[in-house]
Amino acid sequence: MDFRLNEEQQMFKDTCASLADNTLAPNAGAWDQGHVYPADAVKTMAEMGLMGIAIPESEGGTGADNLTYAIIMEEISRGCASCGVIMSVNNSLYCDPVHRYARPEQRATWLAPYASGEKLGAFALTEPGNGSDAAAMRTTAELDGDEYILNGTKAWITNAYEADAFIVFATTDRSAGHRGVSAFLVDKDAAGFSLGKKEDKLGIRASSTSQLFFENCRVPAANLLGELGEGFKVAMSTLDGGRIGVAAQALGIAEAAYRAARDYSLERKTFGKPIAEHQAVAFKLADMATRIEVARLLTHQAAQLKDAKANYGKLSAMAKLAAAETAMWVTTQAIQVFGGNGYVTEYPVERHFRDAKITEIYEGTSEVQRIVIARAVLQEALR
Amino acid sequence: MNFQLSEEQQMLVDMARQFAAQQVAPGAEHRDQTGTFPSDLIAPLAEQGFLGMLVPEADGGSDMGYVNYALALAEIAQACASTAVTMAVNNLTASAVATFASAELRAEVLPDLCSGAGGQVGAFALSEPHCGSDAAALRTKAERDGDDYIINGAKQWITNGSYASWVLVMARTGEGTRGISAFLVPGDAAGLIVGPEERKMGLKGSNTVPLTLENVRVNQRYRVGDEGIGFRIAMDALDGGRIGIGSQALGIGRAALVEAARYMEERKAFGQPLNRHQALQFMIADIGTDLEATRLLMLKAASLRDQGEPMTQAASMCKVYASEACCRAVDSALQIHGGYGYVQDYAIERLYRDARVTRIYEGTSEIQRVVISRNVLKGS
Repeated sequence: MDFRLNEEQQMFKDTCASLADNTLAPNAGAWDQGHVYPADAVKTMAEMGLMGIAIPESEGGTGADNLTYAIIMEEISRGCASCGVIMSVNNSLYCDPVHRYARPEQRATWLAPYASGEKLGAFALTEPGNGSDAAAMRTTAELDGDEYILNGTKAWITNAYEADAFIVFATTDRSAGHRGVSAFLVDKDAAGFSLGKKEDKLGIRASSTSQLFFENCRVPAANLLGELGEGFKVAMSTLDGGRIGVAAQALGIAEAAYRAARDYSLERKTFGKPIAEHQAVAFKLADMATRIEVARLLTHQAAQLKDAKANYGKLSAMAKLAAAETAMWVTTQAIQVFGGNGYVTEYPVERHFRDAKITEIYEGTSEVQRIVIARAVLQEALR
Repeated sequence: MNFQLSEEQQMLVDMARQFAAQQVAPGAEHRDQTGTFPSDLIAPLAEQGFLGMLVPEADGGSDMGYVNYALALAEIAQACASTAVTMAVNNLTASAVATFASAELRAEVLPDLCSGAGGQVGAFALSEPHCGSDAAALRTKAERDGDDYIINGAKQWITNGSYASWVLVMARTGEGTRGISAFLVPGDAAGLIVGPEERKMGLKGSNTVPLTLENVRVNQRYRVGDEGIGFRIAMDALDGGRIGIGSQALGIGRAALVEAARYMEERKAFGQPLNRHQALQFMIADIGTDLEATRLLMLKAASLRDQGEPMTQAASMCKVYASEACCRAVDSALQIHGGYGYVQDYAIERLYRDARVTRIYEGTSEIQRVVISRNVLKGS
């Protein structure tokens, strides 16, 4: 039992905090308002080794642990939640499963350039008709010689407009249910592949999100990721880890809103004293700090257990649920502390509030987390 | 950073769990129903080393530290919250004595507190009828008379008061917070009058009484540390005590979770066991998440304390979150039981009553929020 960061973790935290404070936070409002993809910031993050943080150095990554990933994800998201999700998708949803499942001959092309951040990856599981219920997949892949022909539509794909490659899930055998799902590595230039319109989102507006269309899209059979029929396993094991990334993103959003509210409460005066000295406001700050501490402990625990190769499925669901709901709650309270100023774009908390909402939805909604958690908790309670 | 229990810690948890299940749980309902103090458990708790967990071995303790203390206390609390608070107050008192008292005084008092001599335990007397969380307002006076002090005043809400071998009494020797000193008063001292037991809503197996001190004469060697450090001793004890209440709340919450899970397996509605109904599953998910959060806050505060790091804020966060999570847990668990939760045939009714005090004693939730907000505003 030890709650201290080691030297490397502390160093990454400090470096990312400085990037967040000096580069991301000052621009995040403009990127949000203009729906601008922060290309320069992503390039800087790549140079800092943040895009494949937990991938071994020999494979193009940085070779840090998952706890470090959670730490940097929080700091980056504190500066800009969109940068957080761009980074999170490349790390958790693309590099992590490719690292775990790619065959030796696939790794130079599909892993190294993505782990170094030279290229950007995306993850295409969800469809218009199914989200958290991944087994209800409709996209199909049919073998034709040494190629698969993909047909279907994917929805809500983060990084869609900037990604160089996608992990695409499709069913190769519908009669086999979720055991008939396989994962494919698809290049953005593949024939028969196209992008939908950019979604106009409530928050994380500097990241792109769109549908993907596959119309007789031909993918070399060599691009199968993992074994045939192993796609569901690839997806589910990826989401367990992805939840740590979203939990850390939510933490960063919550921390940003909390700090803004705390600083504002020391400046703004009512009835002759800073509003921080009114107990109604002070107690909000106490609760924000406590809930953030809770979410951080849960998130760091899930990441550390992943590093220790222990079971972390339940704990990452708890971390994601608690962090997302904390982010939503803290940002709501932060707007309240700011009063009217919280409702306008001159101050950052309305953006934090909009950004927070997505964390309760993607990588499994709060409801899906509760299903996962309830199942595990009921089992343990009766043991 | 490492969140896993060491082998030794896991062994202690297993041992405490077995002890709690075999010896503490069976009498919990009876103690609650009859208001019986767990006198018969004092010696077994001492045998396990659970009465002096924060006391060095040289002073008669088991010196297991706060992390182990918190883990063990949660197991005891899961079986019986009344026994847990009895144990917690003894440990809190013994720890304050071990930290601040002279070697001579430690040698006289700690073997009693760590062994539960005569089936008795330690008590901690800070609150007064007119002041609780605002401890600096206390009025009990200790006046110097030669080598002795003569103590006069009234203390309120004193856990273990009727069964105390020693009472750690905070009394005024001067003005302000620096005018408070701590004294060890023997439980049988002349002039120490134990009032009638409080008729509490919960924790009915624990003992809570007012104490009146009428010209209680104690030799100056029973003063703990120097004159004027009583407030510091009290605040330091409360920091540690808050971990204990966090741990107690965790135990009560876990017990509620187990009761709810069992009931959901047996009871059917609309042709399905309750555990197939999503509304109830989601209550369980929230209880489980809350308790995991509580466990981490508790372990962090305890771990900081063991390392000698500042932990006032961590202790307050632990205490406020744990107690409120515990109250949410017992409330949901009772709701899951429906009408059966409202009657004494099911344990959840007792857990619901036991839980409520965790938001009040060792500093109310509101006091914890004052502590936390001061800390975070100071740090900004």
